[in-house]
Amino acid sequence: MSSDPTDAAAPDRPVPDRSAGIEPVPGVAKPDPILRADGIRRSFGGLTAVDVDHLEVQRGTITALIGPNGAGKSTLFNLLTGFDRVDSGQWTYEGRSLQGLAGHQVARRGMVRTFQLTKALTRMTVMDNMLLAAQGQVGEKMLGGLLRLWTTQEAANRKRAIELLERFKLDTKRDEMAGSLSGGQRKLLEMARALMVQPGMVMLDEPMAGVNPALVQSLLGHITALRDDGMTVLFVEHDMDVIMGISDWIVVLAEGKIIAEGCPDDIRSNTQVIDAYLGASHDDPAAATGEDR
Amino acid sequence: MDFLSIFSAALGSAIGPIAAIYALAAIGLNMHFGYTGLLNFGQVGFMLVGAYGVAVSVLTFGLPIWAGFLASIACAIVLALLLGIPTLRLRADYLAICTIGVAEVVRLIYRAPVARDLTGGVYGRQGFADGFDDANPFTDGLDLGIVSFRASDLWVMVWAWGLVGLATLVMWLLMHSPWGRVIKGIREDEEAVRSLGKNVFLYKMQSLVLGGVFGALAGALIGLNQQTVTPDQFMPQVTFYLWAMLLLGGAGRTLGPIIGSMAMWFLLTLFDEILRGLDSIDMLPFFGGPEVGAMRHAIVGLVLVLLIIYRPQGIVGDRKEMLVNVK
Ligand SMILES: Nc1ncnc2c1ncn2[C@@H]1O[C@H](COP(=O)(O)OP(=O)(O)O)[C@@H](O)[C@H]1O
Ligand SMILES: [Mg+2]
Repeated sequence: MSSDPTDAAAPDRPVPDRSAGIEPVPGVAKPDPILRADGIRRSFGGLTAVDVDHLEVQRGTITALIGPNGAGKSTLFNLLTGFDRVDSGQWTYEGRSLQGLAGHQVARRGMVRTFQLTKALTRMTVMDNMLLAAQGQVGEKMLGGLLRLWTTQEAANRKRAIELLERFKLDTKRDEMAGSLSGGQRKLLEMARALMVQPGMVMLDEPMAGVNPALVQSLLGHITALRDDGMTVLFVEHDMDVIMGISDWIVVLAEGKIIAEGCPDDIRSNTQVIDAYLGASHDDPAAATGEDR
Repeated sequence: MDFLSIFSAALGSAIGPIAAIYALAAIGLNMHFGYTGLLNFGQVGFMLVGAYGVAVSVLTFGLPIWAGFLASIACAIVLALLLGIPTLRLRADYLAICTIGVAEVVRLIYRAPVARDLTGGVYGRQGFADGFDDANPFTDGLDLGIVSFRASDLWVMVWAWGLVGLATLVMWLLMHSPWGRVIKGIREDEEAVRSLGKNVFLYKMQSLVLGGVFGALAGALIGLNQQTVTPDQFMPQVTFYLWAMLLLGGAGRTLGPIIGSMAMWFLLTLFDEILRGLDSIDMLPFFGGPEVGAMRHAIVGLVLVLLIIYRPQGIVGDRKEMLVNVK
């Protein structure tokens, strides 16, 4: 089932469907999980924000994490990536435990996240944003930076950054301050910057929020291209059309718990999900695009 | 009033030893605040341990002056670690509160009776600079016509401006390297930098240590310049002078702290001399005598207020970096 690149492929889906045949039940095991989490719990005061018994993310897929505002999606992202501390729970990435690791250590392992509120470094140039994300730079050590041991490495990183920026159509902006970019372009920059880390898995928290509709299509194209390059994508999104269109697998979170999992068709017909989420968003379009923290 | 002599005094203080020493300490503060965004309100604490590093090494332990400088640097590193380990993981304002408190605590410890054998308590330390003076190659002062310096001033100036030059070079190299890029990223948004795999805590610690070492070297030079150290030279207002200089010159710029220190000492001396001149010919209607010294600070304060209003980025600050911050 998993990764056979020679699999015959439909033209609109060049990659074999790596989530076909998995049973659509919450916490179901996947044939080749890159991320595996158990008993992840986090509460704020009396409120249990996240309470996930078991979650696996299949390698090489686009997995969407959906749920109403306040369901705990961002909190789960923060927990898994070391930006918040779990009350209890274990999780592994590529078979190695991430428990207790700090945010930067998780990123170095290859699991890189973006933020719901874009964190483009606005007072730095687009190029500097990109170069900052390159790993293993000698020049980032104090002595290495002082002694200018970094110039060749920097040139190679710059080349790679330009390639990525070209892909995201930001190469003409490379010397401008990131603060001069539009909201959508900043989302693109944040994504390009995450790729500069050369991750195995990217976790995108609402990559489409606040992006103008003309850019959404190109963002979607980028996300599917990531998967086609062999990357695993886990993303949070509100727009149902977007989610159904590009996801291989969908995980539905409500009040911190996984209430359903499945491929888009399973989710569309799941009555629990319709009650908890889709129903509300279909009746009230504002709820589907509504912003939280 | 003799305008030439007023100008000459102001110029002399702008390029004199004190301006150089403050510039060096302000370069350290620029590392902390200007580049990394760390709110250090206790730079004077680093200056204090630096000054005593030399004084105590030489007087109490009989070490040569160069070893005293090494001791100063070591004390600054220890202080930075003590300060940074508990606070650098917390929000920025906690560091601000801790630095101002720790600098005062350090001063009180150094002046406490229990420390008298080592630090001389409230009386401080004198006579540790003899070796420094003996090594002075200048026998005569320097007269440039408009300003002149004594031989002892020249010797301190060589060291102080030399260290300012060295510190500036180090800062320029570092801030134009990938290391500096991480530091500037942290100033803006440390979570973003962390998400890209950088150990933010380590960088903040390095910044705190490096800036603290510059502060300690400045403190060591204060001791050598005045031939004496007492704890009460290192009151919190010294830190606030440094902040004023840094903001005046331009935070986050290589030359900002130097220009800020020179401009500040120029203005302070200028207003001081003008007010004293006016006082001496009874042209000051509402005050005089001892109030003149306080008045010059008020005027400098006014200049700073005007600067913040009309040129918030400082004399050499980068307006673009100041203003581009649209969310
Ligand atoms: N730092 C925090 N302190 C207190 N409550 C929080 C905090 N972060 C999140 N929460 C609460 O946890 C719940 C889940 O929030 P979040 O993960 O942001 O939801 P989502 O991203 O799914 O919209 C919400 O009720 C939110 O108010
Ligand atoms: Mg959220």
